[in-house]
Amino acid sequence: MRVKSIAFHSINYVLFGSFAFICIYPFYYLLLVSVSNSDAVSSGLVVLWPSGFNVEAYKRVFVYKGITEAFFISVSRALAGTVVTLFFSSMFAYVLTKKELFGRVFMYRSTVFALYISAGLIPWFITMKQLGLADNYLLYILPTAISPFLLILIKTYLEQISPHLEESAMMDGAGYFTVFMWIMMPVSVPVLAAVGVFSAVTQWNSWQDNFYLVNNPHLQTIQLILINFLREADAFSNPANMNDLLANASRQRISPFSLKTTIAVVSIVPVMLFYPFLQRYFVKGIMVGAIKG
Amino acid sequence: MRFMVNRNVARSKNRWLLSGKATLLLMAVPCFVLLVAFVYLPLWGWSIAFFDYKAGLKFSQMDFMGFKSFTYMFKQPNFANVIRNTLVMSGLYFLTSPVPAIFAILLAEMNSKRVRQWIQTTTTLPYFISWVLVYAVFFSLFSVGDGIVNTLLLNFGWIKQPLNPLANPHIVWFFQTGIYLWKNLGFSAIIYIAAITSIDPELYDAASVDGAGRLNKIKHITVPGLVSTFLTLLLLGIGNLLNNGFEQYYLFYNAIVADKIEVLDYFIYRIGITMSDYSLSTAIGIFKTLFSILLITVANMIAKRVRGSGII
Repeated sequence: MRVKSIAFHSINYVLFGSFAFICIYPFYYLLLVSVSNSDAVSSGLVVLWPSGFNVEAYKRVFVYKGITEAFFISVSRALAGTVVTLFFSSMFAYVLTKKELFGRVFMYRSTVFALYISAGLIPWFITMKQLGLADNYLLYILPTAISPFLLILIKTYLEQISPHLEESAMMDGAGYFTVFMWIMMPVSVPVLAAVGVFSAVTQWNSWQDNFYLVNNPHLQTIQLILINFLREADAFSNPANMNDLLANASRQRISPFSLKTTIAVVSIVPVMLFYPFLQRYFVKGIMVGAIKG
Repeated sequence: MRFMVNRNVARSKNRWLLSGKATLLLMAVPCFVLLVAFVYLPLWGWSIAFFDYKAGLKFSQMDFMGFKSFTYMFKQPNFANVIRNTLVMSGLYFLTSPVPAIFAILLAEMNSKRVRQWIQTTTTLPYFISWVLVYAVFFSLFSVGDGIVNTLLLNFGWIKQPLNPLANPHIVWFFQTGIYLWKNLGFSAIIYIAAITSIDPELYDAASVDGAGRLNKIKHITVPGLVSTFLTLLLLGIGNLLNNGFEQYYLFYNAIVADKIEVLDYFIYRIGITMSDYSLSTAIGIFKTLFSILLITVANMIAKRVRGSGII
């Protein structure tokens, strides 16, 4: 019995240990390549620690204006997009909990149905163009303002807050908007944190809107820049001087491979910085939703 | 008399304003407008499927084609192939659906809470990164010239030719399933971990008293406790039979694996954007959406019949 138990635990630890390893190591490897000498990389010397440590690739990458610009576009859309989603989705969730709202059932059903319906690529593409959102920064933040999935998560949370809290504020003469902003939002922080994390990560990882509808070189996202670098062959979508950067780099004995991993590392840094914090809130939020639902 | 009526109207109007119903509506309307603009307004574009669409023309100036695009869709030389790939990928994802539950069960058996948390933190990491980065990761691991996997295997003399799993049509279905699982496993397990936490611990204590071992406890307490979650997710997944997603397939697409990896979502993109056939692409999109809604409705009916409550 004891032997069996020890065997079970050992196998279990080995299984989870290896899976955890393959979940982290690839990212560590990207980091290693980005700071190592290119020749050492291609001869297989870079496995656990860097060889010929240098930050040349980073210097190269940051000189290229497109990347710093795209980095800030991505950061700003993550921030602005999250604020917009949090505000509109939770405001809508709040008013949808109010029986006295005119047309409540209709609006709620439309929101839930939105989970299952999708117009498809071309209709979406043409509609966005006609709304004037092509080559427009607002394309990044407005379409996600109401997220049906997140809205339902928030609404479920709001429904189990004691109504007395709201009633007493209303007695004191507060209106619905005041109650929403200064009472309901603050008490919903746990669920709003999860929703905020989800929307920030989604924003940071998005590139399709950029890919289909934004050509302006000053509005590129870091993800699309990374795609372009990973598939250098795609000459049409490439900013003209990307090829210069690649050519320059090879003259400096930095392989295109190092350059690509460097951009990949740059694109993951914000996620990694906040990850432990993100993960905790996110898992908590999902747990709350899962147990309730 | 008339004066009285007016005053009554005015008073009820005032009461309506004061009751705050106006505020509520004022808060709801912008949100509803946003929802309609980005979810329902694009549905207007479905009409493109019925016309010979040309950019810049009004619908009245385009040729009406009726359902021609829909029949044309089935005549596409690739169509059968695309449907096969879509169903194969969905089928493989479907086969892996018990894996997150097994992950959660085994994780719950670990004694140390700190180790459990650490494993959860590390294994959910791939979920939070973009598909672009997933591609960058696999590219850097398996790339033929520089990738670490090939370099190490060649150095050890285990292989003579570099492997190129990213461009191997024989294994691409399993490789993509593996990548998908790698990205989503830790995250998908969260819901099962939550379900296990909500099982009454007294059940386990009672079973221990009765002399049940680890395996018996898993078999008779944990697994039955997860069945309803598992079935709900499975039924919800049925609605996604034709939706494999676009990003993974776009990024891992290349000429060598094209025949095996082109799924419906990629096909819609290729027809619509690369080949600029808006009408056909829209028709395929409509087919996909309507078929998904049909599937989810059927799944919901089955759920209602079998366990008395729907999933929607």
